[in-house]
Amino acid sequence: MTRFLAVVRRDLRLAWRQGLDSVMVVAFFVLAVVLFPFGVGPEPNILARVGTGIVWVAALLASMLALERVFQTDYEDGSLELLTLSPMPLELAVLAKVCAHWLTTGLPLIAATPLLAVLLNLEWEALAVLVPTLGIATPTMSLVGAVGAALALGSRRGGILLSLLVLPLYVPVLIFGAGAAEAALGGFSARPQLLVLAGLFCAALALCPWAAATGLRQAVD
Amino acid sequence: MTGPSTFAGRGLACVRGERPVFADVDFTLDAGGALLLTGPNGSGKTSLLRLMAGLSAPRAGELTWNGAAIAADRDAHFARLHYVGHLDAVKPLLTVAENVGFWTELRTGSPNPAGAVSEALDALDMAPLARLPARFLSAGQRRRVTLARLVGAPAPLWLLDEPTTALDSATIGRLEDAIARHRANGGMAVIASHAELAIDPAATLVLERRTASSAHSADAVS
Repeated sequence: MTRFLAVVRRDLRLAWRQGLDSVMVVAFFVLAVVLFPFGVGPEPNILARVGTGIVWVAALLASMLALERVFQTDYEDGSLELLTLSPMPLELAVLAKVCAHWLTTGLPLIAATPLLAVLLNLEWEALAVLVPTLGIATPTMSLVGAVGAALALGSRRGGILLSLLVLPLYVPVLIFGAGAAEAALGGFSARPQLLVLAGLFCAALALCPWAAATGLRQAVD
Repeated sequence: MTGPSTFAGRGLACVRGERPVFADVDFTLDAGGALLLTGPNGSGKTSLLRLMAGLSAPRAGELTWNGAAIAADRDAHFARLHYVGHLDAVKPLLTVAENVGFWTELRTGSPNPAGAVSEALDALDMAPLARLPARFLSAGQRRRVTLARLVGAPAPLWLLDEPTTALDSATIGRLEDAIARHRANGGMAVIASHAELAIDPAATLVLERRTASSAHSADAVS
């Protein structure tokens, strides 16, 4: 557990000193959402109708941005070899890095969502569902993304490859995440969608660290 | 340190990119022993060290620790070795002490490695720079930071790949002292280096290009 926290702490410290990644992700998220009213016109009814979907797609794309860097810098400077060789199972190290990635990208995205809800004229009911669904879905996206990041490691144009690998895997999260807000707006309970999202999170938590660790072992071999 | 241990390899072969690098390499290393790997560029010194570390698997042959195959329990093997590769694994955004502290904490699992870190920095004369962000370090100083990891967290087996790269002669002396202390405590060291290192007594394993053979089987030294 000490070792797990040591990795989380180190990555948070690096992200804090780097500064740029989190700011960039949130800035991209806000900008992408703000662009939509220009594209579809500023009528409040249309925006309230498509707003949750816009927030979801923008959140997915924004969370991709920093994904490439989860393992890339460690791979380039040799830290990844040493993490592989540490007494801690590599799966746990992956989980620690995913935690740090979520804290530095997923959490700021959720924090920025209420502001965007105001900009898009979203109803209170939609926001009340949007924040918890993003809260369950962003860790899932970080976990799935880590597998893609591990597989894309060492390839040139890794960023594009990573998007192609990971975005299709985000589709279930998007369907149920956007569906939850839709249900809430229609006056139904969002509970089924939330439960499915929680199930997806549990599956990702169980499978993704192993898959990512296998990818990393291949990368350092 | 644990009791007397033996680290051995039998009939090791390595293939990189369809090209056989070496075959049929044997070595035995006892507690307190040292093994120098020599040979021209491309003869497989790094590949052999990576096999020993468990980073890659040998095409043929077997590595054993006290008679038990290391492939059977990789995490246990990882826990008893330090590997210094070509890359320094030094984060430019962290200070010198934070860099060494992270790896020490990761290896020992002790939450507050401050004492071990300052001792490690002293051993490589980096204590005055402990609070400096590593991005201001020279290549040799970064090398010293990565070598300080060795002293910070004890492990019975040191695998050093060109540890003297970019080091000045005074620091090479400090590294030799650290290796001598490590061996006096029953540790083992495998060192691939083109530089002359005053490490005595050590067995030497000569790797030749393409058709490599073990010129000397490393004998027990202590």
